[in-house]
Amino acid sequence: MEAVVFVFSLLDCCALIFLSVYFIITLSDLECDYINARSCCSKLNKWIIPELIGHTLVTLLMLVSLHWFIFLLNLPVATWNIYRFIMVPSGNMGVFDPTEIHNRGQLKSHMKEAMIKLGFHLLCFFMYLYSMILALIND
Amino acid sequence: MSAPAGSPQRAASARMQPRLGGAAASGAAAGPGPAPRQQNGPAQNQMQIPSGYGVYPQNYSAPSGHCFQGPGKMTSLPLDDQCGDYYSGLYAVPTQNVVTPKTTNQQAGAQQIYGRAPPAPHNVGSTPEYFQGAASSASHLYTSASQPYSSLVNHYSGPAMYSANSSAVSQGFPSTCGHYAVSTVSNAVYPSVSYPSLPAGEPYGQQMFTSQNASTVRPVRDNSFSSQNTALSHPSPLPPPPSQQYHQQQSLSGYSTPSWSASGPPSTQDNLVRNHTGSLTPANNNPTNTVADSLSCPVTQNVQPPKSSPVVSTVVSGASSARLPPTANHLVEPVASVTQPSELLQQKGIDSSSTTSSASPLPNSYDALEGGGYPDMLSSSASSPAPDPAPEPDPTPAPVPTAPQPSKVAKPFGYGYPTLQPGYQNTAAPLHPGGQPCSPAYSGFQQYTQQYPGMNQLSSSLGGLSLQSSIQPESLRPVNLTQERNILPVTPILAPIPNLNLDLKKLNCSPDSFRCTLTNIPQTQALLTKAKLPLGLLLHPFRDLTQLPVITSNTIVRCRSCRTYINPFVSFIDQRRWKCNLCYRVNDVPEEFMYNPLTRSYGEPHKRPEVQNSTVEFIASSDYMLRPPQPAVYLFVLDVSHNAVEAGYLTILCQSLLENLDKLPGDSRTRIGFVTFDSTIHFYNLQEGLSQPQMLIVSDIDDVFLPTPDSLLVNLHESKELIKDLLNALPNMFTNTRETHSALGPALQAAFKLMSPTGGRVSVFQTQLPSLGAGLLQSREDPNQRSSTKVVQHLGPATDFYKKLALDCSGQQTAVDLFLLSSQYSDLSSLACMSKYSAGCIYYYPSFHSTHNPSQAEKLQKELKRYLTRKIGFEAVMRIRCTKGLSMHTFHGNFFVRSTDLLSLANINPDAGFAVQLSIEESLTDTSLVCFQTALLYTSSKGERRIRVHTLCLPVVSSLADVYAGVDVQAAICLLANMAVDRSISTSLSDARDALVNAVVDSLSAYSSTVSNLQHSVLIAPSSLKLFPLYVLALLKQKAFRTGTSTRLDDRVYAMCQIKCQPLVHLMKMIHPNLYRIDRLIDEGAIHVNDRVVPQPPLQKLSAEKLTREGAFLMDCGCVFYIWVGKSCDNNFIEDVLGCPNFASIPQKMTHLPELDTLSSERTRSFITWLRDCRPLSPVLHVVKDESPAKTEFFQHLIEDRTEAAFSYYEFLLHIQQQICK
Repeated sequence: MEAVVFVFSLLDCCALIFLSVYFIITLSDLECDYINARSCCSKLNKWIIPELIGHTLVTLLMLVSLHWFIFLLNLPVATWNIYRFIMVPSGNMGVFDPTEIHNRGQLKSHMKEAMIKLGFHLLCFFMYLYSMILALIND
Repeated sequence: MSAPAGSPQRAASARMQPRLGGAAASGAAAGPGPAPRQQNGPAQNQMQIPSGYGVYPQNYSAPSGHCFQGPGKMTSLPLDDQCGDYYSGLYAVPTQNVVTPKTTNQQAGAQQIYGRAPPAPHNVGSTPEYFQGAASSASHLYTSASQPYSSLVNHYSGPAMYSANSSAVSQGFPSTCGHYAVSTVSNAVYPSVSYPSLPAGEPYGQQMFTSQNASTVRPVRDNSFSSQNTALSHPSPLPPPPSQQYHQQQSLSGYSTPSWSASGPPSTQDNLVRNHTGSLTPANNNPTNTVADSLSCPVTQNVQPPKSSPVVSTVVSGASSARLPPTANHLVEPVASVTQPSELLQQKGIDSSSTTSSASPLPNSYDALEGGGYPDMLSSSASSPAPDPAPEPDPTPAPVPTAPQPSKVAKPFGYGYPTLQPGYQNTAAPLHPGGQPCSPAYSGFQQYTQQYPGMNQLSSSLGGLSLQSSIQPESLRPVNLTQERNILPVTPILAPIPNLNLDLKKLNCSPDSFRCTLTNIPQTQALLTKAKLPLGLLLHPFRDLTQLPVITSNTIVRCRSCRTYINPFVSFIDQRRWKCNLCYRVNDVPEEFMYNPLTRSYGEPHKRPEVQNSTVEFIASSDYMLRPPQPAVYLFVLDVSHNAVEAGYLTILCQSLLENLDKLPGDSRTRIGFVTFDSTIHFYNLQEGLSQPQMLIVSDIDDVFLPTPDSLLVNLHESKELIKDLLNALPNMFTNTRETHSALGPALQAAFKLMSPTGGRVSVFQTQLPSLGAGLLQSREDPNQRSSTKVVQHLGPATDFYKKLALDCSGQQTAVDLFLLSSQYSDLSSLACMSKYSAGCIYYYPSFHSTHNPSQAEKLQKELKRYLTRKIGFEAVMRIRCTKGLSMHTFHGNFFVRSTDLLSLANINPDAGFAVQLSIEESLTDTSLVCFQTALLYTSSKGERRIRVHTLCLPVVSSLADVYAGVDVQAAICLLANMAVDRSISTSLSDARDALVNAVVDSLSAYSSTVSNLQHSVLIAPSSLKLFPLYVLALLKQKAFRTGTSTRLDDRVYAMCQIKCQPLVHLMKMIHPNLYRIDRLIDEGAIHVNDRVVPQPPLQKLSAEKLTREGAFLMDCGCVFYIWVGKSCDNNFIEDVLGCPNFASIPQKMTHLPELDTLSSERTRSFITWLRDCRPLSPVLHVVKDESPAKTEFFQHLIEDRTEAAFSYYEFLLHIQQQICK
């Protein structure tokens, strides 16, 4: 059972890593002016909810399977994701808004955020991998 | 331009100069006769139209690519549209401020709130003193440094020499435009309409509708409609082209052989110079004038003999220091120099657009549009005019005398570059430690210092003396804010002049177009953070200019790496290479650039007009086009619901349109269309040939489609009669409507579909909250919260529908302008998005009613006139570049930021202002100058692609004191206002208010803790910042940011929109109105504008203590004027000016001053007219009686007084002091 939980988490974490990389690539494309802000934002906004669901799912799974440490590790990031999604003003086109992304260094902060998430997910990835192997051995 | 003989006042004579110059220019222009303007239309027929433009008749598309240029063409006036005469000089004239030495002490009465009042003349007197110092040192520098320039400016100065150009010929080839307009709609664009093979590009195909006489067609995508189309789908695919056009083509092709471009510049050089004559204006022997002129206008520089002796310079300085008033006057001149028709440069073109610029690498993305180079578009060109058919009048073809001067290679002010000769560096004096403006640091000019060594030493020592005599520059003089009672100067505040050497000062961009909050740029970000001042630029790039050098050349010279346009601040390393001032790359000078068309001399690249003017306009070649330049397209989307009809705006709009139909900017291709909507959407078929306009109603608002693919946007000239019919009929068409709903969203979608093939301008008139279809809005305002001091909600948009629409429109080069004429809440914050992001503009008329509210109706009428006739640029992009090390991070204004430094502007209008926030990313230690360049690429209404380039150059300083010395407080306050709007939308209003107060507290405490060495118990500000607290208080009491006073949400949001998109001059009036006493206007110090005497009353501070019952006061709030009449006002004034027998009989609602034949009436009216003329929004005048209910409106603008909810100025100062001490 334990092994199944971690196999799932591992897969989910892989997906989140890919997503983070995708965010970084797209944002740096925008930074280098290879794509325009409109298409960049619509591309990224599409993936906000999948990311949110994917991450919340793992967090909840950890809570259910009573892995407190991993749950607490994931909690801040999951909360931040949800907070960010909820706090989008009604007039904006999503977390990434093409009219504002070039203002007030938003692009940079989005980039930073994506980087931090990538690091976090990588950390989680190895943690899940270790836990999974441990669980498989124990089985 | 000579010194006006016998002028009674020196001040008046100096002021008259611009006007005289203007008169001379216009007089000369009138000489050859009012020839129509040149219009370069016909060649556009040969453009290859991209697919978006629909099928194209074959016989036109064949010969594309030979872009013909006649020898004497491509001349266009600087003000090439209809509003030119209306607006010429209006901007500039009011800036000729008269610094009359008014020592009239304003301390009438004993209202000494602040306790001890310092002697009032101190303030007044000290200002000219400072100016004097600057002027005298300036004069020394002038003689030493700028000598060569006095002669080289000759070549293209002088108002008369361009007279020939101004008679450019406008050839309206009316028949040539048809195909363009008609061919724009293709089937593919309208998939929702099931038309089987409609020949989209067929000009005569639209006649199919003429057979239907039913005034209402309801084509709900049924078969009947499509069958009609199929019936007509086989007309002759190639209509015979109109004969005139055909002939034109024939004649063009005769010239347009490829060999033309090969013949190149030399063959056309004669034409270039032919029209430049009379460059030597009569000598001006007035020594004091030369001081000012050296600062401002190159024209009068001609005056100085090329070899001026050092003696002259001493005389100059002596004269200027001896007399205060003239010096003050002259120092104001730089601002006024805008009106000087000095640098009017119109080159006769040497342009063959088919020649591609060798300097442009081929960019591969759209953002590089402004960066040039589009290989796929090279074959087509739109700006290839026909040979000028009118004989070019050649007034006096006198050869331009080439001034004898040593051929100079290095640009004088490229200091800091080690490649320069060592002698140059020796002459550069060290920066004055005191941060003295006009320090001679940059004045080194090698050749001339060698030529006149003695004089240079003399002048520099004199300058040194004058510098040392005043230990600190005036702008750093500490001002004790709580002690200084008359903080507001009596004359309008001018932009500080950057502390550069004279040559650069002279070349620098006008502060009206381009201003920086800090005229001394701090060297590092750390220094900037220490100063706690905002760093940013305020732009007014498309300002109406009275003169503008327009440059036509094959290659627009730009830096190869950063794509900066060549500008006056680059340095020429040798004759063949120039160094970019933004990225420091060394570039080659193209062969063509070596030749100066004005002097007909070779090898003087530094004398080209591009290098002599910081504001120039280039005629761009096809490299700068993604598609052929679009025609001017105007669509009007009108609300005709019950509410709208009741308000009665339609009558005013239709009337204005009828009056200004011929003045709409555009060429023969101009197109116009109308859409009306209530709960359904009505289109109007105006195809030429119809007997009357046809109304097509679409009631399917959930899925809007266009009932007919073309003929909804019709050629203005071909269908003029039908358009007039429609405009006459429209106001009465809906008088009995009972429809109260408004489907604005679907109407906008329809407008977008209609405009997307071409782009253009959509003008939306809306009178209520949209209540149907997409984009419907709910009322969000709680009237009880209007005067809440806590939270103001709903400042942001409710839906992203309008934002998305605006971005779609922006992508299709369509701007949406919103006219909101509503009496109730209509959620401007959501609606404004459609204009904000599509680069439109917003007009708001609260409680509009055509009869009940005549002042608003009049305002609408006047603003419509301006709106319809002002200059317009289409499919524009603006890029702002700055010296390496600086970076832009936030933009303010109406546009869409497409990439980090590229603003996408579907339309640009002369009333749009922008702001940019800057940060210093890398230390600027290795440079002593930074430059900013805005390049605005746009399509003029005549279908020309043009680039307007402004370049601003500012010094870099390393000490905090210097940073404070160079603060431009008005620019800073405007930037802060913009930032505060952003803050209040993104977080909250109270947050923004706190941030504004903190901005003052931080900057003043930083100043007192670092620079000033006075004790901390008093509130000290540098003189440059002395108005900062006052302006911030004014901002806090502004409609946008005030709390505690009842403010309707829409009013507040509108004020925020205004802050975001108004240029600085207008915004300042909004923030801090000007108050004048007008019951005792005198001619002393008056200025003359257009043969009218305009009195210049002193500014009063905005406090009720200045109002006396015996007086009458005029308050200029930018968009509204109030005349407050005191209770016991002099009866003479009431009779002579207001036309009423006594105070009691003044009507409650008075919006006009009667034209009475009395002196005081004339003075008052000329003053008000003068104030009114200098702004785009025509203000409404309200006469407010003391004790009338309307006086609260007036009194709320008295920002120095305390209200129930806000501090008085003195209390605010105490509050700041408290905060600082904390």
